[in-house]
Amino acid sequence: MKTNNRTNPFIILFLTVFSLSCLIPFWLVFMVSVTNEKDLTRHGYSFWPNHFDWEAYRYLLHDSANIARAYGVTITVTVIGVVVSLLITSAMAYSLSRTEFPYRNALSFYVFFTMLFSGGLLPWYLVYTRFLHVQDTLLALIIPGLIGGFNIFIIRTFFTNSIPPSLVESAKIDGASEYRTYFSIIIPLSLPVMATIGLFTIVSYWNDWFTSLVFINNEKLYSLQYLLNKTLMNASFLQSIANKAYSNTANVTQPLESIRMAMAMVAIGPLVFVFPFLQKYFIKGLTVGAVKG
Amino acid sequence: MPVLRQLLKHRALVILAIPGIIMLFINNYLPMFGIFLAFKDLNYTKGVWGSDWVGLQNFKFLFASNDAWMIIKHTILYNAVFLLINTVLAVLLAILLNEVRRKVLSKFFQSAAILPNFVSMVIVGYLVYGFLNPELGFINKSILEPMDKEPIAWYAEPDYWPYILTIVNTWKTVGYSAIVYLAAIIGIDQEYYEAARIDGASKWKQMTSITVPLITPVIIILTLLAVGRIFNADFGLFYQATMASGMLKETTEVIDTYVYNALLVTGDTGLASSAGLLQSVVGFVLVITVNYVVKKISKENALF
Repeated sequence: MKTNNRTNPFIILFLTVFSLSCLIPFWLVFMVSVTNEKDLTRHGYSFWPNHFDWEAYRYLLHDSANIARAYGVTITVTVIGVVVSLLITSAMAYSLSRTEFPYRNALSFYVFFTMLFSGGLLPWYLVYTRFLHVQDTLLALIIPGLIGGFNIFIIRTFFTNSIPPSLVESAKIDGASEYRTYFSIIIPLSLPVMATIGLFTIVSYWNDWFTSLVFINNEKLYSLQYLLNKTLMNASFLQSIANKAYSNTANVTQPLESIRMAMAMVAIGPLVFVFPFLQKYFIKGLTVGAVKG
Repeated sequence: MPVLRQLLKHRALVILAIPGIIMLFINNYLPMFGIFLAFKDLNYTKGVWGSDWVGLQNFKFLFASNDAWMIIKHTILYNAVFLLINTVLAVLLAILLNEVRRKVLSKFFQSAAILPNFVSMVIVGYLVYGFLNPELGFINKSILEPMDKEPIAWYAEPDYWPYILTIVNTWKTVGYSAIVYLAAIIGIDQEYYEAARIDGASKWKQMTSITVPLITPVIIILTLLAVGRIFNADFGLFYQATMASGMLKETTEVIDTYVYNALLVTGDTGLASSAGLLQSVVGFVLVITVNYVVKKISKENALF
């Protein structure tokens, strides 16, 4: 394959331009967050500031209660959500994967139908607010993301394809119960698929703002993404955050523009930090199930 | 009761499935039963059961305004344009990515390509705002001002948004699709290419005569699946990127934003439930139809 080792430079050039266009919006927002407020009002947002100024971050640190609480909400919801979701999803997938389970076809259809038909936003909203009464609680942020037909089927496929039935049978002969088989044989053997599905569940809980938009009014329960959403769309909300941070120092012009963008950076931070390390799993997750086989 | 005996015999497997069954029931099946609300005049004080039946009145209201046709048209057109551009660009990107031999470079390109897929739409709203902020944004301040052009009130000018939303959507999703197509390309047997090289086929010829034909089934399947979802807009994109600006509705209102606004902003539950039901039913019919077509083309790729 020696002759094939060099790639056409135009391809490299094209892909470089493409990659930069993927990254450049983040760069812009980051640069705004570290630009002096006077520069911002005079020259607007730019890719390289005349004067670097970390003021916005200092003020976010000074009164970090809002952000810290939002981080707390997001982390709590994500951790509980992912653990419970993986347990429920894989347990159901395990039942569906056992050939001797007599009603597994009916159960498969029960799962599958949810992927075909949905009741729509209004009835869904009423179930959570008028039936479960979980609005303005963390449960409203956790429950909706717990289960999805797609993940159940991906894990079931992994169980049927990658775990030899003889293993389950020999466990049975040795007197292990179904629970024991599931917890101490199946789960340890399915760590790869669990990691992939888990990672994507983490991302979907971490990035979720929709359930907050629909169910949450209490400011104390704002998740990170929803706090950001409020800060972007609601100028008076941004002002109130800045006011809290500035309560000691009156008469200073508040760097509202850079505070706003600094908040976005604080939220993107963790993702950008872990992304290069987990890139392999992200890519694997994108292709699993997208194309069968 | 043989059914009961069977269930008892496999009670462990039943118990393992029960939490999932309950969650799906709450999150998916209860709302399905709620579709009858589209035929009621929902009144919160009277309750879900006590509200009066009004037959098709909600649908009459929905179609009496021009709203219904507008949001259907927007939803389908946006999705169609997104799908077309996304597919063409993603296939091209995948082919080019496959040409990159240096591991480090390839990894970097792939990472950059899929990063947008993993940031939340709220963040996307910020990124768009960085460019389009009417007073300070990059485009008005750093591009239009030096050219002595009037700044544009982006969030009040509906005409630009079909282009903006297309760019934003492509930016966010094309990398993901490219990775999927790349996986298909990597799966192609290398012997085809070796044979072609021996016969003296150029790179271009190899691409048009081997790569593209061999991934065409994947393209067709993914396209058909997207067609099955053509009645469902990406709520986050249309809500966050536009910063939910009411002045852009004439070009950016889609079924999903319309239902959301009717339910939670204006409180018009009749419109929310009728538009929602319409979306669910058409979506269902589309998925069934598409699956039928997929099954005809390639049985193993059918959903059911």
